[in-house]
Amino acid sequence: MSVPNSGEKTELPPPKTQVGVIGWLRANLFNGWFNTLLTLIAGYILISTVPPLIDWLFLDAVWGMVDPEVCKQAEGACWTFIREKYRLILFGTYPFNEQWRPLVGVLLLLTVVGFSCNRRFWHPWLGAVWLATLLIYLMLLGGGVLGLTPVRTELWGGLPLTLLLAVVGIVVAFPLSILLALGRRSNMPIVKSICIGYIELVRGVPLITLLFMASFMLPLFMPTGVSIDALLRAQVAIIIFVSSYLAEVIRGGLQALPKGQYEGAESLGLTYWQTQRKIILPQALKISIPPIVNTYLGMFKDTSLVAIVSLTDLLLATRQAFADPEWRSFFVEGYVFIAIIYWCFCFFMSKYSQHLERVLDTGHKR
Amino acid sequence: MSQTEGVSAESKSREAARRMPAPDANAIIEMIDVHKWFGQFHVLRDINLSVNQKERIVICGPSGSGKSTLIRCINRLEEHQRGQIIVDGVELTNDIKKIETIRREVGMVFQHFNLFPHLTVLENLTLGPIWVKKTPKAEAEETAMNYLERVKIPEQADKYPGQLSGGQQQRVAIARSLCMNPKVMLFDEPTSALDPEMIKEVLDVMIELAETGMTMLVVTHEMGFARTVADRVIFMDGGEIIEQNEPEEFFHNPQSERTKMFLSQILKH
Ligand SMILES: Nc1ncnc2c1ncn2[C@@H]1O[C@H](COP(=O)(O)OP(=O)(O)OP(=O)(O)O)[C@@H](O)[C@H]1O
Ligand SMILES: [Mg+2]
Repeated sequence: MSVPNSGEKTELPPPKTQVGVIGWLRANLFNGWFNTLLTLIAGYILISTVPPLIDWLFLDAVWGMVDPEVCKQAEGACWTFIREKYRLILFGTYPFNEQWRPLVGVLLLLTVVGFSCNRRFWHPWLGAVWLATLLIYLMLLGGGVLGLTPVRTELWGGLPLTLLLAVVGIVVAFPLSILLALGRRSNMPIVKSICIGYIELVRGVPLITLLFMASFMLPLFMPTGVSIDALLRAQVAIIIFVSSYLAEVIRGGLQALPKGQYEGAESLGLTYWQTQRKIILPQALKISIPPIVNTYLGMFKDTSLVAIVSLTDLLLATRQAFADPEWRSFFVEGYVFIAIIYWCFCFFMSKYSQHLERVLDTGHKR
Repeated sequence: MSQTEGVSAESKSREAARRMPAPDANAIIEMIDVHKWFGQFHVLRDINLSVNQKERIVICGPSGSGKSTLIRCINRLEEHQRGQIIVDGVELTNDIKKIETIRREVGMVFQHFNLFPHLTVLENLTLGPIWVKKTPKAEAEETAMNYLERVKIPEQADKYPGQLSGGQQQRVAIARSLCMNPKVMLFDEPTSALDPEMIKEVLDVMIELAETGMTMLVVTHEMGFARTVADRVIFMDGGEIIEQNEPEEFFHNPQSERTKMFLSQILKH
């Protein structure tokens, strides 16, 4: 195998792509009149927006616990508002003295999410861990056991509610959408038409409509006396909605696989489910990571629509915070604050998906 | 590989007695009056073929003559519409259990390898034994390593298929099929997608396999391989078996005009 070495090898340095800062600027920002123009425009926009923003956010901002009247005089942001209202924003209408419970719940949930992100923990028992976590989460928030005062779900709110809707939505919609995607590609006419019907029906209506229907129409069909929890109804509506989108995303990934992969698996005698589980889905899901995360990011932010059926999610809780007449004028601060919270979670998801793409890459290009 | 010449000559004479056996007695694959259509297109016409155990058959013919379709019917990657196909005593029908049984007995090697790119070479090889035959993992890995030695790439076990050359990938694909311990091996143009210098390494593996007494059906244009290894060469055209004979006769004394034309084209250089 080894080729006889043909004498000395001279190691050449890689070609210099940048010669100093000036060279880099020349090559990247000022190459040609058009790019120079774009650079100047971009520079002007940055200079005229970034410093004032920094002033408003930090330098001129009020950080201390002062009177709202004092705050109004300030040039910059009034973070006093957040300090005053952060518990209302983060926990909504949850009873003030019990708010440690959702806090513990959220920390637990985030810990489990963190662990699940690591491939080393991808075992079947992770499913059991998740089930236990969700039960503990619901028990913590709902109370009624271990001496915890019961708290009705209508009172749950803020970040714990948003996270619950999002995480359960993500976790439950995922397997559901895989089944829908497989069903839509199935040879069995009944399964196929049910899946197509479900996907096309649900994709065709706005989430708000689904939430309304789940909240106001579903009870009409229920026998009197039977009532389903409002939170549960909203959660189910979200799951139904997301799974229809996700199903199509995953179907796209399935379409992308060459027929040879099925034939390779079939020729070994693998059954349909073995083929899907071991060969097709791992590859299809891997190529679908970017659009899957796209769908999830959209869903995470769409959870704020549950406000329409009177659930106090992060966004509605914030609006309640500046409903206080004294603090009415500080809504920008409130929105910026929760925007940062939303952004942190979304940025984490986005970064994680890029990480996954990297670690799952096996160096093949098909 | 040093003994190829001797062994193949010897096994040839050993096979001579078995070459034209009484029909059915020893048959592992039996195709009776098989027809197949793709929509309106009649792709296989009245195929009658009986393959004996340990027989090595080479199938050749012009492009589009139905060679791939024929061997893909044997493990039901394609469905036939008329006639009977019986593999190792089991008739192929829509019964998925029977199909899976037959697929366990029949290995297949494809033109484009069809390895699983998200699994390592070793995982590609152990997947079938572990999931289909319920072999314990350690045992499956041991078998897999044995076969990787046989195809001469044990050092690639932990790589991904995308990191191997075409010839290496095809040898992995052969090893993957062999790990299922099949009774029959089907090859669909196993060397057509390979660069010339890689063709030999794959053919060598196939020749060795033939020497172990494996029943093989090989679609190929490698006439050298047909001469050294085959017990019978089958010529197809237009979905029909036009002619079949032992290689000597087939190459030197072709009967039909179409065979003569095909041979003159393929052996021109
Ligand atoms: N899935 C399919 N649907 C419709 N027609 C098909 C399909 N597969 C093959 N055919 C047609 O059937 C005929 C036989 O195809 P087949 O692949 O068996 O030929 P082949 O002898 O293997 O040719 P080649 O040497 O090019 O591989 C061809 O005309 C082909 O176009
Ligand atoms: Mg072919």
